[in-house]
Amino acid sequence: MKWMRFGLPLGLFVVMAIFLLKGLEHDPSHLPSARLDQEIPVFSLGTLIDPSVTVTDGDLRGPLLLNVWATWCPSCRVEHPTLNELSKQGVTIVGLNYKDERPAAIQYLEQYHNPYSLVIFDENGDLGLDLGVYGAPETYFVDAKGIIRHRHVGVVTGQEWEGGLKDIWNSLSVELVSGGTK
Amino acid sequence: MKKLVRVLLILGCFSIASMGYASIDVYEFEDKQQAEDFSILEQELRCPKCQNQNIADSNAGLAKDIKDRAYKLLKEGKSREEITQYMVDRYGDFITYRPPVTRSTWVLWFGPFVLLIVVLTILLFFVKRHKKSGSRLQAESSSVSEEEKRKIESLLQRYGQDETKSKEE
Repeated sequence: MKWMRFGLPLGLFVVMAIFLLKGLEHDPSHLPSARLDQEIPVFSLGTLIDPSVTVTDGDLRGPLLLNVWATWCPSCRVEHPTLNELSKQGVTIVGLNYKDERPAAIQYLEQYHNPYSLVIFDENGDLGLDLGVYGAPETYFVDAKGIIRHRHVGVVTGQEWEGGLKDIWNSLSVELVSGGTK
Repeated sequence: MKKLVRVLLILGCFSIASMGYASIDVYEFEDKQQAEDFSILEQELRCPKCQNQNIADSNAGLAKDIKDRAYKLLKEGKSREEITQYMVDRYGDFITYRPPVTRSTWVLWFGPFVLLIVVLTILLFFVKRHKKSGSRLQAESSSVSEEEKRKIESLLQRYGQDETKSKEE
């Protein structure tokens, strides 16, 4: 039983170390999305540019990125050039202007260029709540059937795009092709 | 006079506190049950943005949105469970401070009990061992004294008698 005096604390230490090491890699502010592999929630909202034009969930057929942004969100400003670059590469990006003011948002797009094919104006954050948005920016990867395949929380950087997000984007298009041949 | 000022000052503090409270948005309810349900929801729903605050405590815009939605759903006649489920559907289990028992929350729910059992087992093991070694020690000491007992007794007798003698003297 002598080994216990030595082995027991060592075992406990190893277990704790593994547990804490895992905790280091885990960012608690990154929550898993409850909406993964589900359709875009039902909504009907006006666009930012023209309130009389309504967009519904049926209009969001990908592959597209649904990017949640606002003028009050500094990280969105950081993310903006990347979005511009992606849209130049042919990535369809739909904007969700989240809890923002219309004039400020329009001015923002005029100033920093508009990478969005369409901007939904969600003044009260209703669609945001239905999507489970808890902070901007957030980016949802939506496939051809309008199903959310991935959520990225925080700024999409060029580095992150090349390091995995691009593959997810490409997989959306592949699904589209294979879906078309069926 | 001094006393009056003091009382007035204290009353003044209370009035400021209640004014502060009144500026927080007020939800009106049809009955007591609804108000109670809302307050429980507020306590048990966690603000996804602020990690360790419930939506009652949080001043974040998102917490208010969730509160407003919960209030709206309550008014529509939804039950507390339905509203919690509604929020879980959107924000995941993270949103509730009372997470459901699923595979990923087993550790959370049963971990403490498992730990308790493990610790008790270890404790029991050590206590038993200690008792065993203790009784062995006792047995050893008594067997040793078996031979010496007579010696001790004889010594005691001798000196005991001496003592009684000396007392008598």
